[in-house]
Amino acid sequence: MSRIRLSDAKPNAELMLYKILGGMGMERRLTEMGLLPGEKIKRIDSPNNGPVVLFVKGAKIAIGRGMADKIIVEECTQKKIIKVALAGNPNSGKTSVFNNLTGARQHVGNYPGVTVEKKEGIAYCDDYTIKITDLPGTYSLTAYSLDEVVTRNFIIHEKPDLIVDIVDASNLERNLYLFTQLMEFGIPLALAFNMSDIAQSAGQQTDDNAMSELLGVSIVHTVGNKNKGTKALLDVMVKTYRERADKKNISVNYGREIEEEISKIIALLSHERDLIMEYPPRWLTVKLLEDDKYIVDSIKTKQGTDEITKQIESSRAHIKTIFADDAETVFADKRYGFINGILHETTKQNKDPRLQISDNIDQIVANRILGIPIFLGIMWFMFKAIFYLSEKPMQWIECAQGLIGSSISGLLPEGSLIQGLIVDGVIGGVGSVLVFVPVIFLLFFFISILEDSGYMARIAFIVDKFMHKIGLHGRSFIPMLLGFGCNVPAIMATRVIESRKDRITTILINPFMSCGARLPVYTLLIGAFFSERISGNILFSLYILGFLMAVFMAKVFRKFIFTGESAPFVMELPPYRMPTLNGLIIHMWERGWLYIKKAGTVIMLGCIIIWSLSALPLSSGGDLTKSYIGKIGKAIEPTVRPLGFDWKIGTALVAGVVAKEIVVGTLGVLYGTDENADESSSGLREALRKDTYPDGRPVFTPLIAYVFMVFVLLYIPCLSTAAVIRKETGSWGWMFFSIGYSTVLAWVTSFVIYQGGRLVGL
Amino acid sequence: MPKEEIGTVASLLPGEKANILKVSGKVCLRRRLLDMGVLPGSIIQMIRHAPLGDPIEVKIKGYHLSLRKSEACHITVKRLK
Repeated sequence: MSRIRLSDAKPNAELMLYKILGGMGMERRLTEMGLLPGEKIKRIDSPNNGPVVLFVKGAKIAIGRGMADKIIVEECTQKKIIKVALAGNPNSGKTSVFNNLTGARQHVGNYPGVTVEKKEGIAYCDDYTIKITDLPGTYSLTAYSLDEVVTRNFIIHEKPDLIVDIVDASNLERNLYLFTQLMEFGIPLALAFNMSDIAQSAGQQTDDNAMSELLGVSIVHTVGNKNKGTKALLDVMVKTYRERADKKNISVNYGREIEEEISKIIALLSHERDLIMEYPPRWLTVKLLEDDKYIVDSIKTKQGTDEITKQIESSRAHIKTIFADDAETVFADKRYGFINGILHETTKQNKDPRLQISDNIDQIVANRILGIPIFLGIMWFMFKAIFYLSEKPMQWIECAQGLIGSSISGLLPEGSLIQGLIVDGVIGGVGSVLVFVPVIFLLFFFISILEDSGYMARIAFIVDKFMHKIGLHGRSFIPMLLGFGCNVPAIMATRVIESRKDRITTILINPFMSCGARLPVYTLLIGAFFSERISGNILFSLYILGFLMAVFMAKVFRKFIFTGESAPFVMELPPYRMPTLNGLIIHMWERGWLYIKKAGTVIMLGCIIIWSLSALPLSSGGDLTKSYIGKIGKAIEPTVRPLGFDWKIGTALVAGVVAKEIVVGTLGVLYGTDENADESSSGLREALRKDTYPDGRPVFTPLIAYVFMVFVLLYIPCLSTAAVIRKETGSWGWMFFSIGYSTVLAWVTSFVIYQGGRLVGL
Repeated sequence: MPKEEIGTVASLLPGEKANILKVSGKVCLRRRLLDMGVLPGSIIQMIRHAPLGDPIEVKIKGYHLSLRKSEACHITVKRLK
C-alpha cells in the first residue's frame, strides 16, 4: 500500500486519510470538516487547477491545493490477487509442493461438469494474495485424456496470471515436454525444479542462469517432501507477475518449414475474431496442425472456416512430405529436440541413484517368480494390520456411543417418542457407522503408503494381465480392493482410471466388493446358524462370491455395453520414494472425512426415516407388525417368498437400503430382543434360531441364512454409494441402472441358491 | 541362429537395447507414446516382463515405462549390439 500526498492522488481514487502534516490549527480545521485519520475519502475534482474536491462521509468538501499538499493519504487499491496454476507431470511431487505453499488453506472441489478433482489454495507473499490451483498431473495436453483436457481448458478459460510448472529435476527431459506445450499459451511461466536434492546428490549440475535465459523463465529449486524452496517459489511467483509486461515470450521453434505453415494459418486465423479471443493463436495453430480432435471440431462447426480447414490439410500434407512422418510425430520430435538442445548446453546429467535403488527393489518386487507372492504378502499384511490396529479404537467408539446414549437418554422424558428418536434412531444409527471410522482411516493410511511410495504403479503392473482379461485396467484393482473397506471412497478412487469405459465398468461392479458395513450382518447370521468350525469358510465364500460376480458382470458390461478396444495401458513406473508422514495424513484425512460426512448426513437421515417408520403410526403402540415398516415388509413379502424369506427379513432388507449395517439393527427391533441389538448379541441370535411360522416350521434355516447374506451382499448399493455413483458418473441414469441390475442379480442368485439348496435337501 | 535385427519392442529380451524406428497404431495410442518420449530415434531398453508375462517394463529417456505387449507390438525397433 503506497502513501502519497492528497494533491498527487488520481481523480476518482479511493483513498484513506493517513496523516495531516500541517500544524495544529490546520488539523483542527480539517477535523471539523470530518477529515480524520483513517477516514475513507474520494477525490472527485478534475485534474485541472483549482481546489481539490473531496467526497467525505456523503458530503463534498473543497480544499486548497496547498492544504492538499500537506495531507498524506493511502491508496486503497484493491488487494492484489495473483492467480497461479500449478502444472506438472504425475509423480513430480506437485502435490507436496502445493501443500507446502498453501498449508491448510486449501479446499477440494470439482472442475465444472467433470469429476476431476480441483484443488485450490491461498498463499500470501508481500502484499499479494496468491490464489493457487493445483491442476491435474499430466504428461501432455492432448484431447485424449480427461485430465489433459481439463488442464488446458482451465488455462484457456480461467486465464491464470501465471503458470508454475513443477518438474522432477532428476528427469528433466520428459518433464520439460509439458513445459514446451505450456510455452505456447503465451501466459507467463515459472519453473520449479522439484526433488532437486536428489538430482544434486546424483551429481547433476545445472547452469540455472543459462537455462533460465534460454527458456525465458525464472527457475527455483524446491524439495517438496522437505518443504524447501517454498518461500523462494512464492517470491518467484510475485517477481514473474510484476515483470510480466517486459518478458518476451519464447516458444519452441519448429524449424523454418513448419514455422512458415504456422504463420500462414495464424494469418488466416487473425480474421476469426471470436476464435482468437478464445484461444491463444499459436497454441490454436499447433493444435490444428496436430489434428487435435477437440479443436478441429470446434473450428469445423464455425461458419466460414473452410479456408482455414483447407490450409491445415495442405500444411499437414506438406509437413508429411518433407519429414516423411505425420505432423504429430514431427511436433513431438521437435519438442524433444528443443529440450535436448537446451539440456545439452546447460546440464551435466549423471545417472540417478534413485533409479539404481529403484531398479534393485524392482528386481525383487516385480520379479517373475517373487512378484506375486510379495504382492499377496503385502496385501495380507495390510489387512491384518488394519484389523489388528483398529480393534481398540473401535471399542472406544462403542463405549463413547453407549455413554452418550445413556446420558442423553436420562435427559429426555422416559419412553417418549423423542427419546426413542434421538437415542435409538440418531445415536444408535450414526454410531453403527462411526464405529468403522478407525478401519476406514487405517485403510486409507495404508493405501496412501502404497500410492506415495510408488508401489501402487507396480500393483497395476503385476495384476494388469488378469484385470485385462476381465476387461478392465490394472488401475481398476485398487478401487476394487478399497471396496472391501467402503464402496464410497472406492468409487471415488476410480478417478485414477483415464478411460471412461473402464471407469464406469469399475464403478458399476464395485458394490459387489463386500464392504465393511456388510460384515455385521454376516457376523450375526454366521454366529447364529453355522458352527464355529466352518464359520470362516462361510464368510470367505461370501467375499469370493462377491468378487466372482464383479468379474462376471465386468465381462458382461464389456461385451454388451462398453464394447470396443480398451484404452492404452502405457504407464510410468516412478522411482520408489519414501512417503512423508505429512502427505500420508493429508491423504488419509481427505478421504476418511468423506466417510464421516456420510455418517453425519445420509445415514443419519436414513436412520431417522427408518426409526420413524417403525415407531409410527402412534396407534401401533410399539408393535412393529402394525407399524409402517411392518406394513411395507408385509407388502413385499410375496416377492421375497421364493427366496425363503418371511416379512421380517423383507423389512430388514428394505431398511438396509439406507446402509447395510441397518439390517442388523432392524432385526433387533423386529425381534424386540433388546433395544441396542448388535451382531454379537446372543439374545438376537437366540431369537432368530427360535422363530417359527405358525405351522411350526423354523423361519431361518442355515440355507435361508446363507441366502439372506447373499442377498445383502448383492442387492442395491447403500444410499451413500448410490449417491456417489451419481456424482462420479455424472448421471442419474447410471445410478438407477446400478440399483436396478444389482437387485435383479441379487434376486436371481438368491433364488438359484435357495431352490438349488432345497433340491439337494439342505 | 542370428536374431532378426529389426523387430518390435515386444520381441526384445530383458536387458536388450534398441533404436526406435517407427511408432504406429491407433492415434490415441501413438499420441500417448509420443508424449511419453517413445519417438523414432530414441533408445529403448527392455527391462522385464510382469510376473504374469504381460505387460512389459521398458526404460526410455531415463525413466521406466510399462505397456502391454499388444501396445509394444506397434513400436518397430532395430536391435543395438
